[in-house]
Amino acid sequence: MLGGGAGWSGFFLQVVFVAVLAWLAYAVVDNVRGNLATQHIAAGFGFLSNNAGFDVNQSLIPYNQSDTYARVFVVGLLNTLLVSIIGIFFATMIGFLVGLGRLSPNWLLSRISGGYVELLRNIPLLFQILFWYLAVLGALPPPRQSISLFGVIFLSNRGLVVPTPIPHSGLEAVTAALVVAIAASLALRFYSRRQLFQSGRVITIWPTVVGMLIGLPVLAALVFGAPVGFEIPQLKGFNFAGGSRIIPEFVALTLALSTYTGAFIAEVVRGGILAVHKGQMEAGSSLGLSRGAALRLIVVPQALRVILPPLTNQYLNLTKNSSLAVAIGYPDLVSVFAGTSLNQTGQAIEIIGITMGVYLLISLVTSVIMSFYNWRIGRSMGA
Amino acid sequence: MKRVSLVFVVALATGFAMQSATAQTLKTIKERGMLTCGVSQGLPGFSAPDDKGNWTGIDVDVCRAVAAAVFNDPTKVKFVALSAKDRFTALQSGEIDLLSRNTTWTLSRDTTLGANFTGVTYYDGQGFMVKKSLKVNSALELNSASVCVQTGTTTEQNLADFFKSNNMKYEVVAFAGADETVKAYESGRCDAFTTDASGLYAYKLKMANPDDHVVLPEIISKEPLGPMVRHGDDQWFDLVKWVLFAMVDAEELGVTQRNVDEMAKSDKPELKRVLGTDGNFGEQLGLTKDWVIRIIKAVGNYGETFDRNVGAGSPLKIARGLNQLWNKGGIQYAPPIR
Repeated sequence: MLGGGAGWSGFFLQVVFVAVLAWLAYAVVDNVRGNLATQHIAAGFGFLSNNAGFDVNQSLIPYNQSDTYARVFVVGLLNTLLVSIIGIFFATMIGFLVGLGRLSPNWLLSRISGGYVELLRNIPLLFQILFWYLAVLGALPPPRQSISLFGVIFLSNRGLVVPTPIPHSGLEAVTAALVVAIAASLALRFYSRRQLFQSGRVITIWPTVVGMLIGLPVLAALVFGAPVGFEIPQLKGFNFAGGSRIIPEFVALTLALSTYTGAFIAEVVRGGILAVHKGQMEAGSSLGLSRGAALRLIVVPQALRVILPPLTNQYLNLTKNSSLAVAIGYPDLVSVFAGTSLNQTGQAIEIIGITMGVYLLISLVTSVIMSFYNWRIGRSMGA
Repeated sequence: MKRVSLVFVVALATGFAMQSATAQTLKTIKERGMLTCGVSQGLPGFSAPDDKGNWTGIDVDVCRAVAAAVFNDPTKVKFVALSAKDRFTALQSGEIDLLSRNTTWTLSRDTTLGANFTGVTYYDGQGFMVKKSLKVNSALELNSASVCVQTGTTTEQNLADFFKSNNMKYEVVAFAGADETVKAYESGRCDAFTTDASGLYAYKLKMANPDDHVVLPEIISKEPLGPMVRHGDDQWFDLVKWVLFAMVDAEELGVTQRNVDEMAKSDKPELKRVLGTDGNFGEQLGLTKDWVIRIIKAVGNYGETFDRNVGAGSPLKIARGLNQLWNKGGIQYAPPIR
């Protein structure tokens, strides 16, 4: 650090450094603003409240063409977050399964896992996205010949259409029953653990828990009526009307991101587990634990500390890679905001600035969450 | 993200670098010995590389005509292929001298981008293409359809307006590149593909089975396509504007690539002015007296360029329609050279 720790002179230098930085930032903004004005290029953030005038095919919030660019921004951001969060979930699942699989004593399983990692991580992501989109999902039949499941779920090249749940009279009662069941299960678990630690008595609780979680809501539904009805999709004109639709762009992007990042996570997991001394595993076995239990109770908790920092990197990569969505027409932030909106307003500096800021913010928040988790694991292990 | 950062850097550079754009473009080009022209990434008839890698098309010919007028050599052009999204930033930042890339002239583009349209090379309008097997005869039958469209164009707004004003529902699927858009339409992801009508004919030729597709009769917007130059250099603006006018005037006077030398010997006062044997009109533009002769020898008059690239003499076979001269039933009209 500049002049760090050298008393007053160090402090003074730092003040000068910050001042110079601030002046530089001001000069950049002022210069850009002046030049844009002389060039008659529109500047400022006023455009955000203008009418966007175009449509988006997937939105988590109500949106139509008469909404503003600010709303387009939110729509794009939510779509980016949606694909990132779901992608991270599946990538983690795949990563842990394949990573553990690669270490398995089963020859076939470990070779398949190894092959998966080498294949997936060595092919550029964009190709994989296009592969899923054009070769796999593109081969699905058109809506009129769609693959139907029980006449209520339809799969076609327009995506997966499923019935939409609509709240009915029994919804409140069933929800209440579910809450009660969950609370009772938690209480039971607390009680059983206390019994385990205090008297060493093992109480098998899972049949009761499952019974309560299923039984109570069903009972409530029988008494108060069905909680939800379903709006069944029907083919009308070119597409399905009614029901909810998962667009193929979303599926292709999620599949590609999670299988690709999953391959990297698998290696991270494998590395983390190998970093735990093998004596730990042997100690577990000598206590009579099965391989699975020893992994779950002894090895993985210790490996997590090694796994988390590189795992965070993979999460950040996945989020940033989601901007490749633009290649297959998934309406993410880069596509609708840094794409269409930028082109319609021509305000490249503002829009690209906002977009970069948002990616930075998403990444920082992810890092903070992961650091917090890391800190908690460290604390619980007494390290 | 790499692309995003690049646009950002270029945009910032615009803010910094574009202080002294006034009256420098022509000088810069002459010093460089090369015109830099922004074109599309491949739209047959407008700007597309042929099998030998030479750029051809009506937009390309505008670039070549300007190069011919300046250097007397239509090959002194460096073509920069730009996506719809990146084209304006490239012009603003000075990466290109001239944008000739099937770009629709609209008020907001004329006022907020720091650039000016110099004229109209092609009067176009937005249309729809569907598969013949759908048995759709009109765009008004497209209720509930999925429509593929390229982002970064005026097309998306026209599309939204059309379906809203006709009280129809639709799903928009927007792609960054033209090729991805067409591929998605071909694979059946969308029922219809929409872009400027000229583009529909051009992309139809690129498809695996062009005869399976039909362009619907409705034209849902006005799309006057023209070249753009940076704001603030009036000399360059005038030059590009009059190169296009000269091509139209030449057609009106019957000056063609073949007869231009003969015409130059003519006694007709109008021909003498246009072909530079009388007056100093070329010099007023910063060019030479024989500027029109140079242009016509290089690319021909407007009609010849049209026929060769998009009209009867091309695979596209688009009728002249609105692009016919004003005295022959169209609306192509150029102010006189005098």
